[in-house]
Amino acid sequence: MAEGLLSVRGLVRSFYGVQALAGADFDVTSGTITALIGPNGAGKTTAFQCISGVVPPEGGRVIFMGADITGWPAEQVSRAGLVRTFQIARGIPRLSVLENLLLYAPDQPGERMWAALLGAGRTAERRARERAVAIARRLDLLPVANHAAGALSGGQKKLLEIGRALMAAPRLVLLDEPIAGVNPTLAERIAEHLESLRREGITFLVIEHHMDMIARLCDPVIVMAGGRTLTVGSFAAVAADSAVQEAYLGRRT
Amino acid sequence: MLDYLVSLSVFAGLYALLALGLNLVWGLGGMVNLGLAGFYSIGAYVSALAALHLHLALPLAALLAALLAGAAGAALAVVTSRLKGDYLAIVTLGFAEVIQLIAANEIWLTNGTDGLSAIPAPGRGKLSPFHFDLAAAATVWIVLALIALGLVRLSRASYGRVLRAIREDETVARVAGKRVLAFKIGAFAVGAAVMGLAGSLYAAYDGYVAPDSFDVLVTVLVVLALTAGGVGNMAGAVLGSALVVALTEGTRFLGGLLPGLSALQVASLRQGAIGFFLLLLLRLRPQGILPERMRVHRLDG
Repeated sequence: MAEGLLSVRGLVRSFYGVQALAGADFDVTSGTITALIGPNGAGKTTAFQCISGVVPPEGGRVIFMGADITGWPAEQVSRAGLVRTFQIARGIPRLSVLENLLLYAPDQPGERMWAALLGAGRTAERRARERAVAIARRLDLLPVANHAAGALSGGQKKLLEIGRALMAAPRLVLLDEPIAGVNPTLAERIAEHLESLRREGITFLVIEHHMDMIARLCDPVIVMAGGRTLTVGSFAAVAADSAVQEAYLGRRT
Repeated sequence: MLDYLVSLSVFAGLYALLALGLNLVWGLGGMVNLGLAGFYSIGAYVSALAALHLHLALPLAALLAALLAGAAGAALAVVTSRLKGDYLAIVTLGFAEVIQLIAANEIWLTNGTDGLSAIPAPGRGKLSPFHFDLAAAATVWIVLALIALGLVRLSRASYGRVLRAIREDETVARVAGKRVLAFKIGAFAVGAAVMGLAGSLYAAYDGYVAPDSFDVLVTVLVVLALTAGGVGNMAGAVLGSALVVALTEGTRFLGGLLPGLSALQVASLRQGAIGFFLLLLLRLRPQGILPERMRVHRLDG
């Protein structure tokens, strides 16, 4: 198997006896929008939890940019350039949209207590604000940039999830259902954003259930079922795979 | 009467210091800290003992008090790092009780329930009582202004943003690349140090510390002060403290307005009136008089 940007090998995790991941293996190659699909309970979100360090895996390896990041705490994974979003958008509700973006800015000296007391870090903060404004403008969030994140519409919350990940200047973004519950027009806009970000060098691994979007946007497509990787290939190839059809629809008897 | 008002302003300032410390930990960091009487007490005893036995001048004794209270805060933050909400509230409340029990029982150190008396303070005995109170009020309010300035800076810097994020969603803060535990320990330690500093000033002003100076009522009043003033707002913490002291003391004069009541009845009415005022405030303005404001940024880049 080709050495990718991200390699997951034999990932195992269970919750109270339920085996969510039973040895998942897959790779993500630089410059792709790779889809991670599978029926409910296939272990997709658990894979994200384990890769991003939010939940430690019980077994297996996660290799990112050549480094073994298995079991690293979430903050260290994010700092290494691998940032995930959340399935249910988790904007900090009482911070403004811009403050939510600024939260993800890396290396802010003003986050150190002494520096904050002495008023240091203002230059870094100003640069971060310029980047945050640019990201907000790009994602059509500028008109609501000073609104509380908790007051956004569902679609805007999804955009904010993407914007926050971008703010961290990532190499790889794990997107957990970026267009679930979003109206078709906005879903189209989000797809365009992802494609143009990919061209700028950001790699995406996307969990999504909207097959139209996956068909148009994602290559390759990784299919998971029962906590394992079932197959990998182009959308057309995996859609034609009888094992994938069985995983989604059940076996014909 | 003026003397009484000056003395009240000292207490309002001390409560404001406690409320500011609590605002950093609870208001911004979201960690319920009902152990504030414990840190207040540590600060008071450390400062009193340093002044009595080591003959340290007040500024040095206060610094030592703040450092030790801060260290106790850091230690408590480490052991409670996995607790939240009600559980954290219970453990921190227990911490304050433990400190009070130690103060009452370790007689060799604290003189037990008799307390420590004749704690030296600059100017005591040299100034008239009124001028001493005046100097104390000035000192407390200058210290308060400096601490408030520092905390407002922390609150407005990216540091404050991270604390607010931790308050609302720790997982998101971690994914944002923040070392959540370090932030929690830091905030808890600084909050406790501010409370310890307040304790030190209290010991110097009153000249006497005993375990019952730091009972749970102090915690209740400071939590009320912050809630009334505005959780998450430093100016609200100060305003709320002034309000609570004005309420608790102002109701003393109710007796004069209501003839024919015994002193005991007036005392009970006083507690009732305080409760009524605070309930009214929470009903009409649950976010506090000065609610936390969202930071508005310029968007022209």
